[in-house]
Amino acid sequence: MSAAMLETRSLCKNFGALEVAREINFRLERGARHALIGPNGAGKTTFINLLTGVLSPSRGEVLLEGENVTRLAQAKRVKRGIARTFQINQLFRGLTVQENVCIAVSERLGVGGSMLRPAGKRADVIREASRLIAMLKLGEDAERLVAELPYGRQRLVEIAIALGLNPRVLLLDEPAAGIPSAESHILLEAIATLPEEIAVLIIEHDMDLVFRFAERITVLVSGAIFAEGTPAEIAANREVRSVYLGSALDG
Amino acid sequence: MSSGTQLAQRHRFRWWELLPWAAGIAAFFVFPNYLSFATQVLITILFALSLDLVLGYAGIVTLGHAAFFGAGAYTVGMLAMHLGWNEPISGLLAAALVAASIGLVSGIVLLRTHGLTLLMLTLCTMTLLEQAANMGAAWTGGFDGMPGLSFSKILGLFGFDTLYFRSQYLYALVTLLLCFAVVRMLVYSSFGQSLTGVRENLLRMHAVGAPVRTRQVLVYTVSAALAGVAGALFTQANGYVNLAVLGLERSAGVMIVLILGGHGRLYGAFVGAIVYMVLEHALAKAYPTAWQLGLGLTLVAVALFARKGVIGLVDSVRRRLPGAAR
Repeated sequence: MSAAMLETRSLCKNFGALEVAREINFRLERGARHALIGPNGAGKTTFINLLTGVLSPSRGEVLLEGENVTRLAQAKRVKRGIARTFQINQLFRGLTVQENVCIAVSERLGVGGSMLRPAGKRADVIREASRLIAMLKLGEDAERLVAELPYGRQRLVEIAIALGLNPRVLLLDEPAAGIPSAESHILLEAIATLPEEIAVLIIEHDMDLVFRFAERITVLVSGAIFAEGTPAEIAANREVRSVYLGSALDG
Repeated sequence: MSSGTQLAQRHRFRWWELLPWAAGIAAFFVFPNYLSFATQVLITILFALSLDLVLGYAGIVTLGHAAFFGAGAYTVGMLAMHLGWNEPISGLLAAALVAASIGLVSGIVLLRTHGLTLLMLTLCTMTLLEQAANMGAAWTGGFDGMPGLSFSKILGLFGFDTLYFRSQYLYALVTLLLCFAVVRMLVYSSFGQSLTGVRENLLRMHAVGAPVRTRQVLVYTVSAALAGVAGALFTQANGYVNLAVLGLERSAGVMIVLILGGHGRLYGAFVGAIVYMVLEHALAKAYPTAWQLGLGLTLVAVALFARKGVIGLVDSVRRRLPGAAR
């Protein structure tokens, strides 16, 4: 079997006696559209934190294209192509949309620490940021402060920042959370049009979105993988229905 | 397309940026009797500017910034007193170097923390230096400090005149201009942009792969160097140095200056220092016993009605004017 884009082997994490990740063996293939679902408290965000290096595992390994990155710090993993969005917006609220994206692009291009040239003269950074902003249809808000935008538009800025890092792996932590349903189609469209070569792992509670987006679904329960398969397999799985999907898909 | 006109133009030089310097030169001719006071204003501007870099741009809250002002002031004083090194410009450089070293070392240790812990630790660092200056009397003059210091001519041409402060004033003005040029370059650079990122959201800054700690330590060090230069100017202009350069009062005072003028605004330090010192001067003259009350009331008003300081207030008024371009 060839190396997956991102893989975990026997990944475990405990906080004292509390096991939040148990023997997770997970593969995210190249260009995958993969969803991670599970009830609240199943350890989904913890899993993302283990993948990105915010938390270090108690046991087990994280491999990026077959290379062990378990001991790498978060910043180093970002440089290797793992980007994420947050469940609750983590944006530079007092800065404009454009500055938000420029900061990410500058770091990716390695000019974030440059002291001599004005940021406004970095044509390459600005061009790349503008491209992403246009792609997420944020063009008319580019010069507004993020804090002034409605929540749904701010969610798009989250994604624009992550894409500014030119990721090979994109981890979306509940991208639709907190968006009014009237605005969610913009987000759906944005996710649907993500560049194909990026492997995307999405955590989401909105089953509509999950089943529309994902080619593969992993169900996490109490920190362990409970089931995995195609959307059809997961929808047909009686046990999954009973622990998680509930009556939503019955009948 | 609105592709970043705002960002692409921000660093450009605007005509009104000449005003502070024109006013600085005009003051030399218009207020020949106030040049001693005006020199202190310039020194305060430089000190506030150095604080703005860490507090206003990088969001590092510190109550110990006088540590670096004091380090610079004492460096120049001790060099002159004990080594007879009284050449002013090399004195400024030496002060910058010493203050930067203290900034670097303390920054590496302190900037692992944030919030209240950081606030207290910066205060502790300053107090340690203050006590060192107090107890190392053989070197620092202890409680009395070092009075009656003299410095050689600037560039071998202009002597310091303790009576009229003419050369001190111009010397401080030029030094401020050079330091300001450095600060201006920094805040508009990609580095400066990343500092605002650190200020706005630390978590996200880590998540975009930025070496956050390194950036913080770097800006802290640069800021310390500039504060050191301000301290050195203080000693050179006044011809003395004592413990007052290192106290909490100086740290808190410069923070008030910045809040009054507007932090994270580049020119907030200028406006704040002028407003604060003119107010202090005028109030002390009019109400010798209760002048601090007036200052306090002004601060309360600023905290209530102008959170972003005088510059922020001007901005929001301008924005409300009809036809205002944003």
